[in-house]
Amino acid sequence: MKWEMVMGLEVHLQLATVSKIFSSSKTAFGAAPNEQTNPLDVALPGTLPVLNEAAVRQAIVFGLGVGATINKVSRFDRKNYFYPDLPKGYQISQFFAPIVSDGVFDIPLPDGSVFPVRILRAHLEEDAGKSVHDALPNQTAIDLNRAGTPLLEVVTEPDFRTAEQVVAYLKALHGLVTYLGISDGNMAEGSMRCDVNISLRPTDTVKLGTRTELKNLNSFKFIERAIQVEAERQQDLLEDGRTVTQETRLFDPELDETRSMRSKEVANDYRYFPDPDLLPVVIDDSVIDNIRSQLPELPTVKRERYQSQLELSAYDASLLTQDRATADYFESSLEHHNNPKALANWMLGDLAAAMNRDGLAIRDVVVTPAQLALLVNRIDDGTLSSKMAKAVFEGLWQEEGDVDPIIEARGLQQVSDTGELEAMVDELIANSPAQVAQYRAADPDKQKKLIGYFVGQAMKATKGQANPQVINEILRKKL
Amino acid sequence: MSDIDLRACSLHELRESLENKQISSVELTQFFVDRIKLLDPQLNSVITPTMDLALKQAKQADQRIAHGDDSALLGIPILHKDIFCTEGVKTTCASKMLADFVSPYDATVVSALAKSGAITLGKTNMDEFAMGSSNETSHFGAVKNPWDLSRVPGGSSGGSASAVAAGLAPCATGTDTGGSIRQPAALCGITGLKPSYGRVSRYGMIAFASSMDQAGPMAKSAADCAQLLSAMAGHDPLDSTSAKLAVPDYATEIERPVAGLRIGVPQEFFDKQLSPAVADAIHTALRQLEAMGATLVDVKLPSTPLGVSTYYVIAPAEASANLARYDGVRFGYRCEAPQNLEDLYVRSRTEGFGEEVKRRILVGTFTLSAASYDQYFMKAQQVRRMIANEYDEVLANVDVIAGPSAPNTAFPLNDASKSITDMYMEDVFTVGCNLAGLPAMSIPAGIVEGLPVGMQLIGRSFDEATVLRVGHQFQLQTDWHRQVSRIAEFAS
Repeated sequence: MKWEMVMGLEVHLQLATVSKIFSSSKTAFGAAPNEQTNPLDVALPGTLPVLNEAAVRQAIVFGLGVGATINKVSRFDRKNYFYPDLPKGYQISQFFAPIVSDGVFDIPLPDGSVFPVRILRAHLEEDAGKSVHDALPNQTAIDLNRAGTPLLEVVTEPDFRTAEQVVAYLKALHGLVTYLGISDGNMAEGSMRCDVNISLRPTDTVKLGTRTELKNLNSFKFIERAIQVEAERQQDLLEDGRTVTQETRLFDPELDETRSMRSKEVANDYRYFPDPDLLPVVIDDSVIDNIRSQLPELPTVKRERYQSQLELSAYDASLLTQDRATADYFESSLEHHNNPKALANWMLGDLAAAMNRDGLAIRDVVVTPAQLALLVNRIDDGTLSSKMAKAVFEGLWQEEGDVDPIIEARGLQQVSDTGELEAMVDELIANSPAQVAQYRAADPDKQKKLIGYFVGQAMKATKGQANPQVINEILRKKL
Repeated sequence: MSDIDLRACSLHELRESLENKQISSVELTQFFVDRIKLLDPQLNSVITPTMDLALKQAKQADQRIAHGDDSALLGIPILHKDIFCTEGVKTTCASKMLADFVSPYDATVVSALAKSGAITLGKTNMDEFAMGSSNETSHFGAVKNPWDLSRVPGGSSGGSASAVAAGLAPCATGTDTGGSIRQPAALCGITGLKPSYGRVSRYGMIAFASSMDQAGPMAKSAADCAQLLSAMAGHDPLDSTSAKLAVPDYATEIERPVAGLRIGVPQEFFDKQLSPAVADAIHTALRQLEAMGATLVDVKLPSTPLGVSTYYVIAPAEASANLARYDGVRFGYRCEAPQNLEDLYVRSRTEGFGEEVKRRILVGTFTLSAASYDQYFMKAQQVRRMIANEYDEVLANVDVIAGPSAPNTAFPLNDASKSITDMYMEDVFTVGCNLAGLPAMSIPAGIVEGLPVGMQLIGRSFDEATVLRVGHQFQLQTDWHRQVSRIAEFAS
């Protein structure tokens, strides 16, 4: 039997607010344990949550970014369970009435097509703290710095059929939230955490199979692998005539397997109920309009504009718009020199290769957009051959200086001065009577090949700095 | 100072004596410190006296007075219910769970009163986590009623009520989730006001049922309560549910006569649960108001009998979540030598909470569980809305509602004949206001067999002014609020 995977995603995005969602403690990553806590974060008696407006604003920004409904009234609820890193014994979340619902997020696939993912809802909630098991011998330590960090949980419909689609969605989501400036989307630091709900059903059937929830997926590579491993596990079970148990499973990248995290005997009843400490979140149209008017250009819109106005390929457009820093770099360089195609080639070619080689992100690159633009400009104005430009780029990368000083210092200027080159060609012709006779006797097709000899000699004579196009022209004229 | 009876003085009179230098705040504070030392062993109304702190604050107050500072409560001692967090002073909530807990911050109520110049005399006894109507659930032992030491003071603010009634302090703070200011005020013969939900900040007040908890003043008169409320009320950015409304000038408002006011008398408050003697006292008090020019209007609050069961679904549900933080992990009681995480949770909570608290946590956990949510919690929310609507409709036609605060006068301690649900029925006349968020006050309105009777005055949302006004005008014409318990008569 052939099987089809059906997957839905729950992604927790850490919002990029300065302070926590219900307290004034800072959210910055990496502080000493429990340094970023106050009486509320520790759940001392008598403390009360006060909603951080910035978190609400960022949730609205996200909702608008995926064309979703921003609910005029949303509410906070308490999700009750005991855990040492959950100080209050409940998590404040939005269960009954989320702030965002019903959006569609268009994902560009590598083949240039677009895959629409339906966003069921996105709701605000607070993060828990961390249990640290290796800090103290035989004891668990609790770090509450993260407790109360604002999260936006983005829940999709079960629209995914392949692991590639899942990864494409996550990359696009990462791109979107960094564009919108509402999250740094850093998977390694936990700013973007993904749970995959996965089930199998026979191909061409409609009824969904029993799903499992995969957790602990903190890189694109793990996600792809975890999905494969879990799908194989479920397929083996189903083909053996056994059933899949609805449960949460952890992916273990070391053992390359998923394993059950909670058994259903201790399945939690979270006893959700409206949090009486917080008022409903009421959002006026004017607030939404105001936020909408300040939204940056969204990646999908940008992608289309790059194709239609800048005449880039779908592939290049999607690569350049994958994250905001890349697009910003591209657009900034474009302001200095209007040659989108060449700039795109440089960014996706030499620049990307150098970044890859040295393990740098676009924001860490020392070559400025203005420098890259000038480099391309120097090709377009005939100063540099593309080969020379590569050398100049290497100079920029090594921080040898600006474009023109590097050209000067490395003596890379292309010789395009016709007078100088004509004299050199005259000399060449005078010194090569046999080749000149052969060329002149040949038919036009043959001539095209024979001229290569003269071009080669001319380049040799100028140590490669002659502009080959100019040489070609002069040769044709003189021969 | 010998010619002033400090036990009988109103807050206004005390302020005048302080301002005129007839007495210093240190002398005044020492007077009440001495009374607590002398009399509280019989009453058990104070869990943690803060004598050193009080005398230090009193010294500072005297300096401020000398410099011409005339803050409303400057130099006046007050007791705080031990549910309010006080920086550097134990805040126990009368629970073993928090027996040694010291808060690193002050509740807004505490800091607001301190800002007005009040002196903290100590922390009063209460029912554990404010769960009780007799003050018998305290980990620190029951509080006695100063009118009869074999009887309860009511609860949960029983310590505050008992202390004020015994003249251990001129005034105190209390909290009221289902009647916890009004019922003990009634049983101890003092005046206690539960403001509208949102009038006074809940920040730093240990939560029982967050949608109903409200702090309020307890004192000898409506005028004193008005003075205290002025200092306590107002929006607090630290409490999202505190109302962004201006606070009226209560001192001026209460001086207006009651002639022309319409007072609603709900027949449901006078049914068979009400003791006939209490009913007689209330009727007499109502006729007094009528004689003062108010119009009595028969009104109907037909959902009154549903109040207690509604309350005892919602309050425990909220409490079950509010009390989840007492898990033995970060602060508070932790069991000896826990074997594992579950053992730590189970034994810390089993040993740290008293019976009534555990009962309510269990009830609340049950009513919120997936299988019973719709049937209990949702249903209770619907009934709550219905009750609130009834009050609103009635209050559209009358200025205040008047009736008894409690079905009986103070009942005996350790009354084995009183079942748990009998105890819950103590709240039958008070819970409606908490469910509806309305302001309500209990004022002394008679004495039956040597025990005080309280009359309840219920006002429109955020109209504490009219409630206080009716109470104050009544007290200008009567002297029930000047009647004192035998212990209060005991001169220092």
